[in-house]
Amino acid sequence: MTIKNLVPVLLLAGTVAFTSCKSSVPDAEVKSKVEAVVTSGVTVDVKDGVVTLNGTVNSDADKAAVEAAVKALDAKEGVKSVTNNLSVAAPLPATPAPEINTADADLQAKVGDATKDFPTVQATVKDGIITVTGEIEKAKVTKLKQSLDNLKPKKTDMSAVTVK
Amino acid sequence: MSLQDKYKALIEAANSGVSDLRIGESEGVLHIQGTAPTAEIKNRLWDIYGSIDPNFLTGDVVMDVDVAGAVAGSKVEVITESSNLNIRKGPGTDQPIVGKAAKGEIITLVSKANDQWWLVRTNDGEEGYSYAQYLNPVG
Repeated sequence: MTIKNLVPVLLLAGTVAFTSCKSSVPDAEVKSKVEAVVTSGVTVDVKDGVVTLNGTVNSDADKAAVEAAVKALDAKEGVKSVTNNLSVAAPLPATPAPEINTADADLQAKVGDATKDFPTVQATVKDGIITVTGEIEKAKVTKLKQSLDNLKPKKTDMSAVTVK
Repeated sequence: MSLQDKYKALIEAANSGVSDLRIGESEGVLHIQGTAPTAEIKNRLWDIYGSIDPNFLTGDVVMDVDVAGAVAGSKVEVITESSNLNIRKGPGTDQPIVGKAAKGEIITLVSKANDQWWLVRTNDGEEGYSYAQYLNPVG
């Protein structure tokens, strides 16, 4: 191969390198790659490889972690730079820890009283969790839930209840 | 979505209206405890909760908010669905019934045996224990 023949090849190679440097990955593709690594509540916008993050996370640490995860996708994946506009949610107010009753025998006895006026449902207690089954009128659901939550269980599971 | 995001409106309402507030997450459940100044505010919290999680089927919140003003010697209203409220000899549904109070009747709170059972006295002088969920403090 002569030098003369090599020139177009080099030119071509240069063009390819140049375009790949500029933006070889479509923005939409970059967006889906970035969305795969960010936490829920974060929205992703990509323009010419520049990634902008918006939304709310729970802490400064989460904010930094999301940015780091996106930056770990390098230029080869189409991420040129990251603009981090994430805001940090106000933390839960500093209140004393809630009381939770995990004594099954105590809960079971109280659940009997609490559900006495709701004969169409059954409630059982295991590991501090009250599980309710059966069916109940819509108008009584709140009262039932209030009565059970008043016992301060770990959880009141009414997912199996049919509301008429 | 985190529990705090999901129940943001509820937490904010509790923050602005409930005293002795205790909020915390434990094993995927958000616990909210405290004292509301009136039954209206307590009911509003339950309305907000019910609008976020209809019929409370998800079970990711345990909310125990009582109403202030329920102190010994104060008046409470019977808020049963329709029937009379049983007044029992001791704190428990296994205890014999010693009297009844009608729905809407205003009776006297004598003392609190615990969160669930309150010692009450009717205007006829009947005294015994009733289930606190059916008693509402009146101003």
